[in-house]
Amino acid sequence: MEESGSVDSVESLCSSTTTRSDRSSGPRVSDTELRSKAKAVEKVYKDPSKDELPLLPEELVQDSAKDVTYICPFIGPVRGSLTVTNYRLFFRCTDREPVFGLDLPLGGLSRVEKIGAASSRGDVSYGVVCKDMRNLRFVHKEPEDSLKKSVFEVLMKFAFPVSNNMSLFAFEYKQVFPENGWKVYDPLAEYKRQGLPNESWRISKVNDHYELCDSYPATLFVPVTITDEELRRVSSFRAKGRIPVLSWIHPESQAAVVRASQTMVGQNGRRCKEDEKLLQAIMDANAQSHKLFIFDARPSVNAAANKMKGGGFESEDAYQNAELVFLDIHNIHVMRESLRKLKDVVYPNIEESHWLSNLESTHWLEHIKLILAGALRIADKVESGKTSVVVHCSDGWDRTPQLTSLALIMLDSHYRTIRGFQILLEKEWLSFGHRFQQRVGHGDKNHTDADRSPIFLQFIDCVWQMTRQFPAAFEFNEYFLITILDHLYSCLFGTFLCNSEQQRLKEEVPKRTVSLWSFVNSQLEEFVNPLYVHYPSHVLFPTVGIRHLQLWVSYYIRWNPRMRPQEPVHQRYKELLAKRAELQKRVEELQREAANRMASSSSERAGSPTRSITPVQTFV
Amino acid sequence: MLSLGSVGAKSTKPSFVSYVTPEEIKLEKEPPKKLKHPDLLPGEVEFCSANPILKYTQDDLSQRGVFGTLFCTNFRITFISDEKSQEETTKTFKNKLYGENDIPLMFVDHIYGVYDEKRKLITGALVKNKYPSKIIIHCKDLRVFQFCLTYTKEEDAKKIFQGIAHHCLEEKSLKCVFAFSYTGTPSPEMQRKRETILFDSPEDWTQEMKRTKANCRLVTENENFELSQRLPKYFVIPSALGDLFSYQGKGFPIWCWSHYSGCALFKASLPPVTQEDGDFQKHFDIMINAVAHNYLYSAKTEDLSESLPTIQDIQQSYNKFKQFFLIENSTDFWLSDMKWFSSLESSGWLDIIRQCLQKAVEVVECLEKDNTNVLITEEEGTDLCCVISSLVQIMLDPYYRTLMGFQSLVQKEWVAGCHAFLDRCNHLHQKDKECYSPVFLLFLECVWQLVQQHSPAFQFSETYLTVLSDSVHMPVFSTFLFNSAHHRESVLKAESPLAQSSPLSCPTVWDWSVQFDSKAQNYFFNPLYSEKVKHEKAVRKPHKLKHQRQLSLPSTAFKTPFKKGFFKDETDSLKKMLRVKRLSRWMGSPDSTAAISREFYESWQQRPLDYHGLLLPCLDGPAVRVWMQRYLRWIPEVHILGGGSVAVMTKLMELLSQVQDLKRVLEQRDSSQAAKPDHRPYIQHRLLSFGSSGRLPSSFPFAYSRNRSFKPIIPTGLMQCLMLTDSLASQEDEASSFVSLV
Repeated sequence: MEESGSVDSVESLCSSTTTRSDRSSGPRVSDTELRSKAKAVEKVYKDPSKDELPLLPEELVQDSAKDVTYICPFIGPVRGSLTVTNYRLFFRCTDREPVFGLDLPLGGLSRVEKIGAASSRGDVSYGVVCKDMRNLRFVHKEPEDSLKKSVFEVLMKFAFPVSNNMSLFAFEYKQVFPENGWKVYDPLAEYKRQGLPNESWRISKVNDHYELCDSYPATLFVPVTITDEELRRVSSFRAKGRIPVLSWIHPESQAAVVRASQTMVGQNGRRCKEDEKLLQAIMDANAQSHKLFIFDARPSVNAAANKMKGGGFESEDAYQNAELVFLDIHNIHVMRESLRKLKDVVYPNIEESHWLSNLESTHWLEHIKLILAGALRIADKVESGKTSVVVHCSDGWDRTPQLTSLALIMLDSHYRTIRGFQILLEKEWLSFGHRFQQRVGHGDKNHTDADRSPIFLQFIDCVWQMTRQFPAAFEFNEYFLITILDHLYSCLFGTFLCNSEQQRLKEEVPKRTVSLWSFVNSQLEEFVNPLYVHYPSHVLFPTVGIRHLQLWVSYYIRWNPRMRPQEPVHQRYKELLAKRAELQKRVEELQREAANRMASSSSERAGSPTRSITPVQTFV
Repeated sequence: MLSLGSVGAKSTKPSFVSYVTPEEIKLEKEPPKKLKHPDLLPGEVEFCSANPILKYTQDDLSQRGVFGTLFCTNFRITFISDEKSQEETTKTFKNKLYGENDIPLMFVDHIYGVYDEKRKLITGALVKNKYPSKIIIHCKDLRVFQFCLTYTKEEDAKKIFQGIAHHCLEEKSLKCVFAFSYTGTPSPEMQRKRETILFDSPEDWTQEMKRTKANCRLVTENENFELSQRLPKYFVIPSALGDLFSYQGKGFPIWCWSHYSGCALFKASLPPVTQEDGDFQKHFDIMINAVAHNYLYSAKTEDLSESLPTIQDIQQSYNKFKQFFLIENSTDFWLSDMKWFSSLESSGWLDIIRQCLQKAVEVVECLEKDNTNVLITEEEGTDLCCVISSLVQIMLDPYYRTLMGFQSLVQKEWVAGCHAFLDRCNHLHQKDKECYSPVFLLFLECVWQLVQQHSPAFQFSETYLTVLSDSVHMPVFSTFLFNSAHHRESVLKAESPLAQSSPLSCPTVWDWSVQFDSKAQNYFFNPLYSEKVKHEKAVRKPHKLKHQRQLSLPSTAFKTPFKKGFFKDETDSLKKMLRVKRLSRWMGSPDSTAAISREFYESWQQRPLDYHGLLLPCLDGPAVRVWMQRYLRWIPEVHILGGGSVAVMTKLMELLSQVQDLKRVLEQRDSSQAAKPDHRPYIQHRLLSFGSSGRLPSSFPFAYSRNRSFKPIIPTGLMQCLMLTDSLASQEDEASSFVSLV
């Protein structure tokens, strides 16, 4: 089956639960997630018998070369042809069984460079470092005609369009999907779902034109007792003008999750009357508690060090009734370094004998633990303590969205649905200005940029840890999370472009690009967790002990064919569901049949069998 | 409680508890009440008791607890709370022999006494002195109990302490084990058919040989243990093996299992080393030749004592490993959480598991790919040989992945195979610990890894394995109580109440109804098990075809059956062809061993998965895991309310029972099929009602979190968790000012 046709294999590429049937396709499946993004389109363009490249609309082949060798760290050198389009890198080798292929979007490349000089045989070697935890190495012959550009020079040009004054492929791509994903998030509708505005919270138009804060959304919710003028004064006291605004409100207790950036206290201990009043008003908006918790995501040492640079944290003198808690989460540089170490440990090969201590030395899971523990404490304060909380870090766009969105997932089951999760990302990450452009470096060749950091990946990892601990509480499956991460880098969709709502509007991103949610919501069945049960009122408190945290093998080690995930649970569950549906149908048929027969014969006997049928409630 | 979350977040070790308050309460309302007594099992005798004793709740730092009476009987230490126990009745998974406040004496691993706030390991010497204020009991099933003795009268406290110490720690004779006093009647529920094969009769062995199409010889000469007391009563050897009595009861290649191709796995204790080296070599050669003769004159041997850790290594490693789970309070828990991975690695336990699985895969490769006979040897032939041979059979033979098959395998390789359970488990608390080693547990750990990686291939669940690992220490069953078949028989005969008549009958562990009712036994079955879909006849055919396809070339050349005497006539020419190799030598250096079996694994991985075919484990670092259910079940800090694999399992069981219900409805209606009963095990999966709230802790069905008002567990001491000192940590978040975009 596996060799028979690429139709099948491409279909199977779209299932995250890598079953054994597609194992046989070898490392080709390793590109599973990347290829599937354009599944709908590929079907149209692809001819299974030939190794023609399935192109997306507006995708153009830029260059191709035969006789390129890909040095696969798992199966050794593979010879084949390499094609570069304005969207992807495509390598294919057909003289092997099974067929071997690599297909990755150029957006996933972080660095392309020549390794060493040309060898005596005229071979040149190129290394490609990817953002998705792998490195590729190619060797090919230097073209005889020295004037002709090699395929790798073309690759460098299209891999980093921003550095070459070209636009990202997302702006070219014109696929039409049945649903428009840009309409997924409507701030007013989302706040309305939470019961806002109400007697304590109002919409403020102070940031309508992004004048108060250019990295905040236009729609802000603030306590009714605070005027826009006061907000303006608060904005000068909060880093980057990111004032405390409401993020979520508890439907019963009215305890609120509020997000902000650090206060500009400085060494002299500046104070701001309006800021103090605002926090008091936030506390007063919740009648259940006479306390306010301020969660500073940073380690206290770093928070104190920030005072030297004019920043700092709320002093207990100025903010009475408020308790400040540091959550000890490290900065973007520490996280970047941690992921780099993790890549060294897992790619390409895993050192078996020291696996655990190597894993520990990356600190990756400890960072995950700290973030989850922070979010847990926030959720606990809101749920169990019925207390409002203010969450901030330095600028309030990295650790803050990690914490608030994780706490929101714990507190509100809506965010555990597929659409709810999209709304959560649109709200907490995109509208509140997580600097995706800077952190990911879309199309930018400056791979050493110190602003890059895997903050969003870390958040998705935390969500994955929660889906592991609560396998039936999330509507989406692992493949959904991997798809989001793949398209975080792919630059196929406009969703994760730019640094803020303002920039996205300026660049007309919603008009000129396709949203990732258009793609996702047009084939939801791929992303549904068959185990999902919707319990509207359940709050999830995960266990943050490192004993219960796992390395996300099917993301970080997915390129290693030996570590291919085995998810038979979902497979079997789907089978069972189908079986049940089938049986149910048959019972109904028989019942109908019996009813018919009963009508003609005596009425006495027919009653009993129907009684024994237990009502089956559908929970999926 | 959360206030310690603020700035400092420094949690201190719990200071020793002030007893004033509870004591006062106690005195205030002391009604002259009757002492509650435990429900004794048949044959159980109460030794001593003390009241009031404070049993600490493990959940928190507050050192709170429950008052009650502590008893010591010939079976267990038991604590009976003064308060009414409410939850006991609601349990769906209840062990009939012991409850959550019972510690069967054989479960006791270590006892610590707290003397003036210092914790000391209780040994014989300490008992004589004054009694401690608090005793801490570490159990072999990893529970931890803490009892405070300061409220009770001095002589009572002394008595109970000395009683417990005496009955749990002192070396005792086998006769004192509760099994010989237990007079519980075997339950009538135990059905005769579909029972575990015990391998205690020649018929069982003949049947097994028939099943695997083995061509070997059953030895009945040891029926009265004339050959050796260390050998099983009945066993099977290669048919080419000659005179039995020249072996001095050692160095028999004992047949374990035959591959469909004809090659087979044998295990042997090493032949006795005599003064002359030549003798040993000669003996060894005879052994190898006999094995090689079994099929195609090929054999590989592997001395497991050379290539695997010794039983002492296993013991030491497990000792370190289990400490991580014997948690007395949450401060300890969060402290140990910080260095979790490196401490795990330093114990080496996971690595030993990996090595065993790795060795088993190598043997599987020889049998499956090369179709050569394999002989594994070891000093005694009853420790690692049992681990490896059982693992090999589980990987190759789907029958052993069913519940009955697995139990039969344990009987065949371990119980009838004379694994020295009594010594290895140290049931009698002998002081010379040389022979103590959790070899059987190691085997269960390896099986768990397989179950975890390929769960649909196994009919039993991890809960079953966990329960089995506990039952090893259950002093009621005869299964794990003896060192050999001879030992079992002689002891049971001697202990018989009616001398000279029938030997004493102890229940076997496989009679699960002694411990669990049928509802609880449902948890032993894996709802994910993918049964063979078709009826057996339909499946067997393609199965065979597949096998033939897989046969390697040389075997087809030799397909014609050999005549007797064929070997003798042409010995010389055939000897040249004899492919006798040592497994390890043939494999070359250890590095290439790994590489070769890696290749074997990868080629297997590329074939479509057949849950009823060959099964191989992935052994890369992240794939070998800690058996969470067994090790974390009593630690409240890691319980996930409404989560964990329990959530999936209960969901699946619900769904399965719905499917079964519907099927039954169909069957009822389909009159033509009505006569045919469906005896697949999970028909019993009646809806296990968990209540609509359905939020079970992940430790289900073992520990129940009580009085837990749905609160999260906030880690303490996070500050120490990650003290990064490098320059990155102190760097500013924003390295540069705004970079313009696009």
